[in-house]
Amino acid sequence: MAKKQASQICIVTVTGVDKVGIIARLANTMAQKNINIVDVNQKIMKEYFVMTMAIDMAAASIDMAKLKKQLDKIASEMSLKITVQDETIFKAMHRI
Amino acid sequence: MPISVEEVFETVKMTLDHHFDIRTVTLGVNLKDCMDRNVTRLCGRIKQRIIEKGKLLNRFADETENKYGIPITNRRISVTPVALLLEPLPQQKKAAVQIAKALDYAAKKADIDFVGGFGAMVQKGMTKADENLIDAIPEALSKTERVCGFLNLASTSAGMNVNAVVKIGKKLKELARLTKNGIGCAKIAVFANVPEDNPFMAGAHHGIGESDFALNIGISGPGVVRDVVVKNPDCDLTQLSEVIKRTVFKITRAGELIGREMAKLMNVEFGIVDISLASTTSAGDSVAEIVEAMGVKSMGLPGSTAAIALLMDAVKKGGAMASGNVGGLSGTFIPVSEDSGMIRAVRAGTLSLEKLEALTAVCSVGLDMFAVPGNTSADVLSAIIADELSIGIINNKTTSVRVIPVPGKKAGSIVHFGGLLGSAPVMKTPQITSSKFVRRKGRIPAPIQALRN
Repeated sequence: MAKKQASQICIVTVTGVDKVGIIARLANTMAQKNINIVDVNQKIMKEYFVMTMAIDMAAASIDMAKLKKQLDKIASEMSLKITVQDETIFKAMHRI
Repeated sequence: MPISVEEVFETVKMTLDHHFDIRTVTLGVNLKDCMDRNVTRLCGRIKQRIIEKGKLLNRFADETENKYGIPITNRRISVTPVALLLEPLPQQKKAAVQIAKALDYAAKKADIDFVGGFGAMVQKGMTKADENLIDAIPEALSKTERVCGFLNLASTSAGMNVNAVVKIGKKLKELARLTKNGIGCAKIAVFANVPEDNPFMAGAHHGIGESDFALNIGISGPGVVRDVVVKNPDCDLTQLSEVIKRTVFKITRAGELIGREMAKLMNVEFGIVDISLASTTSAGDSVAEIVEAMGVKSMGLPGSTAAIALLMDAVKKGGAMASGNVGGLSGTFIPVSEDSGMIRAVRAGTLSLEKLEALTAVCSVGLDMFAVPGNTSADVLSAIIADELSIGIINNKTTSVRVIPVPGKKAGSIVHFGGLLGSAPVMKTPQITSSKFVRRKGRIPAPIQALRN
């Protein structure tokens, strides 16, 4: 049985011009790497697409550096800006 | 309460649009236990330790950068003041130069961009080893690339060692002659009340009161602070101080988190977060532009000192609330050559050397990265240093000087240093010497600490 790990939540952010298939493409990548999507928030502001996706990396088959590379590839192919950061950074900065 | 989309994007924008980064993670490394009567053996131990720790520092900095998505721009090492390591050795200049070369070699091997600590604490007097180190500065810093030097020439409790001030004036001239555009002088800062845990170069060293290792962090967010000031064009100054405070709180928390994580990964003590605003030459990443965004027409004009005082106080309040480990310099750097707004102000004639000195009385760590004409005499350099360090002594604060006398250049011309060091307009400097004053030598006594009006 695989070793159980506590969750490691990371936040993916996506910004760019809205087009068909952004979420599908991301979800597909996550599924392939055994990354669980915990939450998705998206907004369309004018034609702009703004999304945050909470993912759990605990059981992922790749590390953050490799995930980042994959996301960079999607970002350049779909003309988006994509970031991924461990959620503790947001908690540290925005919660006392 | 979950993190909202707005909060997430506030953080993301700081790094993507406003140059927020961890400017440096600096590992303080004790070298006292490497001391030996044989310089080759000493250098062997130094190299081994720095290469080993430097490689680890880079590896874990990369990991942490990927995890949190905040760039860690520089990875550096600070060491025990080298003058101490010279004590048991034969007092020859070549031993000091050999140590500098060993540090340089190790830094290159470990891919560490700067090693700080080629310096001495001489605020009250100089041992033979201290004198030897100061004599070696021109050769050591011109023959190495990554070694930085510091000297503590004054302190509030000891006064000022004017003998050493005179000596370094001459050495700076020599160092300038030995390096292109005098750039070697960018690698040495002289101080009053030097902090022992400063992570920023050129003045970083691992003080004698420190443990074997300490992981120190320098954050940097002039662009982020400028952005909140720009977004609040009409609020009053009390409110402005509040918004700056809140922003600095956030970036300091990011620094603290990353520092702690790095220290844990390296299995060393977490030292301090230095909350100094450190500008770069990138557009918008400028302390002068924060002052201008507050409403001062150009840096250096009346209002600048008050604006910097308000800014610095708000930075300290926000930072102190965010972390119990605030330390190092924690002032605001206003380096002339590394800040696009400062460069513009000098070229426009609104910022003079005299006003720069006044600004350092309320905020910064001192007269930093400013170029003066190449024919400026050693005595004038010493007198400039003495003036600036007096501000530190009397006000119980750190001040420093990093001055570059550029060979062959006159006031008004521009010198390009390249890379992080930027370019500097050569500042008008009085050429009438105060030789008689500084050449009296001796020690300016420690100031009285009562009767403070």
